[in-house]
Amino acid sequence: MGKNLSLAGYLAVKEVWRNRGRFLLVSLVIALITLLVLFIAALGEGLGNGNREYISKLDGELLVYQAKSENLINASRLGRDRLASIRRVEGVADAGMLGTASANLVLPEEPLKIAILGIEPGHMGEPQVVEGRQLSTGLADEVIIDSNTAYRTKLTVGQNITIRTTQGTRDEFFTLQIVGITDGQQYSLQPSVFLPFNTWDKVRPKSEAEVNLSNPIANVIIVKLDDPEQVEVVQQRIGAQVNNVETATLKQAIQALPGYSAQQSTLNTQGGFTLFIGILVIGGFFQIQILQKVAQIGVLKAIGASNPVVAWASVIQIIVVTIIGVAIGGLLTFAFSLFFPPTVPIVFNGTTSALALFALLLIGPLGGLVSIRYATRIEPLKALGLSS
Amino acid sequence: MTANANTKNALETRLVTKTYKTDFGTIHAVDEVDISVAAGEFIALVGPSGSGKTTMLSMLAALLQPTSGQILLDGVDLASMGEVERVSLRREKIGFTFQANNLVPYLSAVENVELMLRLNNRLDKAGKLRSRELLARLGLGERLHNLPGQMSGGQQQRVAIARALIHNPSLVLADEPTASLDTERAYQVVETFAGLIHEQKRAGIMVTHDLRMCEYVDRVLMMQDGKLVRIFSTREEILQLARGGREND
Repeated sequence: MGKNLSLAGYLAVKEVWRNRGRFLLVSLVIALITLLVLFIAALGEGLGNGNREYISKLDGELLVYQAKSENLINASRLGRDRLASIRRVEGVADAGMLGTASANLVLPEEPLKIAILGIEPGHMGEPQVVEGRQLSTGLADEVIIDSNTAYRTKLTVGQNITIRTTQGTRDEFFTLQIVGITDGQQYSLQPSVFLPFNTWDKVRPKSEAEVNLSNPIANVIIVKLDDPEQVEVVQQRIGAQVNNVETATLKQAIQALPGYSAQQSTLNTQGGFTLFIGILVIGGFFQIQILQKVAQIGVLKAIGASNPVVAWASVIQIIVVTIIGVAIGGLLTFAFSLFFPPTVPIVFNGTTSALALFALLLIGPLGGLVSIRYATRIEPLKALGLSS
Repeated sequence: MTANANTKNALETRLVTKTYKTDFGTIHAVDEVDISVAAGEFIALVGPSGSGKTTMLSMLAALLQPTSGQILLDGVDLASMGEVERVSLRREKIGFTFQANNLVPYLSAVENVELMLRLNNRLDKAGKLRSRELLARLGLGERLHNLPGQMSGGQQQRVAIARALIHNPSLVLADEPTASLDTERAYQVVETFAGLIHEQKRAGIMVTHDLRMCEYVDRVLMMQDGKLVRIFSTREEILQLARGGREND
């Protein structure tokens, strides 16, 4: 085995080196496939992140929705009475209301579409600031902006912002002070601005009928548990003790975000197809190469090279070419990523990228399987034209 | 595997037969052929197309199993060997040169020769030195690091000869080694080949359709319709045959 591998390695490396132009071309094709796969993975991660970032960073375990809202945050309406009931449930450490809406942030050039999120200061849902301070009261004319909003607007702590919303049939403008900046907390692919819940209710877009309502309504309630292991038990308790609600874990809530699953499955399918095309391309190249080398393999076998030597030489070649291609592709991806502005939803997540790279390293050997099998079946007699 | 300790010949075949079944009946490609080649003897296998000489060579090279009969190389019957044993035998005991596509194109001249030693796990400093010396003797001292594509047909054949001999095989086989060469190169190649076979005491068999090349062999075996029909053993007979080849050319 060791002797076979050593001889196969010698033959494989010599052939690759002496035909480096041709093999480099294949490596470059693999590099382009790598670039494509990594960018699709990063785009999937970026888009997914843009959708779920705020929810996924919550320090809680459960979201409580209005019953039959099918875990759709926008379809759910919950009043303060439910919050009080949920806080009384055994095992609930904290609960906070969350109201979501979209609005325009008025800027000198052109307005920026933002997610305005109403949360209760000091309770679940309020993100930790990395600069400035937390919100003071539920009625304060203050906001916390996320780093995406800060990056795009260049606004800093202490400055005022103006939010424009439509209430009834009129455009309303609200001026609020930035008291803190939190890390990336995108929601629904929009940069986020966090408002105290009552202020949010004042600012959010409203229909004509809602304009004069005085009872603020949230979309969902975020729940933190005393013991995160007791999720199912507390879910049952909430279901039994609070009327007309349904609960979801954060993971379930993320999957239920509008378009999230469809978007991720679309991108995963694209990535899968790209890998599949990679397998076909590499398989095709090595098959053509083997067909061109039939006589040469015939000579090797005739002078005593065994099938394992011939097979291992092909495998080693494929691995070398694939590793070089994936390495070049990885470096290209890294280089390109440096030139992408943070507004482009591309996120290189370590685990996702590692999985993509692992899959890419497998496409070579998988693609080459047919050619390796073909190589081992070459008969020296026929290859050398000695058969009758 | 059958051993025959009494044989003095490096190679001996006994009633070797190869038949193929076709829709039109059974074809006897080789029919009960007995030949023997001593160490240091160089013979030519000649005959018209379809006479069975290539099939015979393929069986002697352990690339093809005879339908019946024995092929004894150093007393060991290779007709009864399995595939793995035959691969080992080809690697250790047989040297080859082919008509074309002889060399591994991505290995230099010296690497092609050393390949036989690598295959046999015998490549050491002495082996490397011998490879270079053998190539130098064949007039390729300046071409050691040239790739096959950078050498002429004659030079490539000489590298193939060096590769066929470097691992001290018992039997050296050459299939039409001069087919792609001009007359002058062809004579040079066969003369060199014959010289090394005699000097190194190998049993050598050359299949050729070019009777002029028989000038350098010790015996000529003529095949026709799968049978061995005539043996030219004396120097006179052989030279007459070679001259006939020249006149026909």
